[in-house]
Amino acid sequence: MVAIIDYGVGNLFSLCSSLKSIGAEAEVTSDHRAIKRADKLILPGVGAFGDAVKKLRDSGLYEILREQAAEGKEIMGICLGMQLLFEKSYEYGEHQGLGLLKGEVVPMEGRIPEGLKIPHIGWNGLHFRRDSRLFKYVEENECVYFVHSFYVQDCADSLVATAEYGRELTAAVERGNVAGCQFHPEKSGRVGLAILRAFCE
Amino acid sequence: MITKRIIPCLDVKNGRVVKGVNFEGLSDVSSPVALGEYYSDCGADELVFYDITASYEGRQLFTDILREVASRIFIPLTVGGGINTIEDFDRVLKCGADKVSVNSGAIRNPELIGEAARRYGDQCVVLSADVKRVDGEFRVFAKGGREDTGMEAVSWIRRCVGLGAGEVVVNSIDTDGVKGGFDIPLLKEVCRAVKVPVIASGGAGCIRHFVDLFREIPDIDAGLAASIFHFGEVAIPELKKTLKENDIIVRL
Repeated sequence: MVAIIDYGVGNLFSLCSSLKSIGAEAEVTSDHRAIKRADKLILPGVGAFGDAVKKLRDSGLYEILREQAAEGKEIMGICLGMQLLFEKSYEYGEHQGLGLLKGEVVPMEGRIPEGLKIPHIGWNGLHFRRDSRLFKYVEENECVYFVHSFYVQDCADSLVATAEYGRELTAAVERGNVAGCQFHPEKSGRVGLAILRAFCE
Repeated sequence: MITKRIIPCLDVKNGRVVKGVNFEGLSDVSSPVALGEYYSDCGADELVFYDITASYEGRQLFTDILREVASRIFIPLTVGGGINTIEDFDRVLKCGADKVSVNSGAIRNPELIGEAARRYGDQCVVLSADVKRVDGEFRVFAKGGREDTGMEAVSWIRRCVGLGAGEVVVNSIDTDGVKGGFDIPLLKEVCRAVKVPVIASGGAGCIRHFVDLFREIPDIDAGLAASIFHFGEVAIPELKKTLKENDIIVRL
């Protein structure tokens, strides 16, 4: 069973539906026991980093997630959920993340060429940097759907794919049992479903 | 690089797609789910569902349909039509919409944009503007293009982006239905005025019109159309292939 961590941010309807469509058994939950029982965890998220971390802390999920990751359970973060896996973020202030991966979250503003629109919205091709089981069924340059204004940098030891938007932006990460996608696999058509399937297998 | 998007728009009334469609091999041509799946399989980058029902019952039916669409189609879904309050945003987002497009609702109450953007994020709020030339200027029209608001269009769009609209659909009433091509002068002005993605709507009649759009306005993000896709006059796989041959980056 895949537990989709519910901490009160974002819309989980499409994520649930997409997992169902690939035949994965998924449950949206904030229940600590259900999370401990689950085979794999997905940490979703949209919105602001600071707010999300506060919600994780207030609900006790922050410690549970760190503990589960330390025990080796497979975790995948999606969009803001991926950013939360890192050490810290500079989104409206400085916030500490889960610290499961090395790296930090910074704004695109000032770091990509003038004239490029922010947020980075739309379909962009994946450039593989390293083998990852997430891409078992995906080819180089296949497109996935992004919506974000901040990105992860200094994450060399987990970086597995980038997407070009004025510069190479972190698109996916994986190190040991911890993985993440900056894009939305649940909105990325066939390619996205293939990534979810690879994670759930 | 980010790809240019091709977006079919489906008008839904009482749970069915209106404006008859004409596809071989599609048994139920007015089922939003069947059509949505068809377009998604053809390579549409996003789908827009426009609820043109006026009644309360029709609205309920629309959200049921939306839920079904969102449980089977995994590309971005934008929903518009009858969005007047934050509760309307909530209603469609809970059913699987990713973005919500506001038009007359924003004209009546521009603060709706700010309120929705603060609650759901800018990326979720799409301003849809119906624009027509009147006395030598671009004017915003309300109520499905029937009512001249008297407001100048480009400054209206700029104001809405300032309030938090994360994307703009510009529908030219002058070119809509004429099939003579997109309204390049209007779209150029809008692209100059705002930094958020701009989606061109109204006027596409053939593949060439999309090539012209993306060539003449490199900043434009997407082309939207309805009947030419529904009637099979333009097939999306062929459209994308031609765009690629013309060095326009698309998702194949």
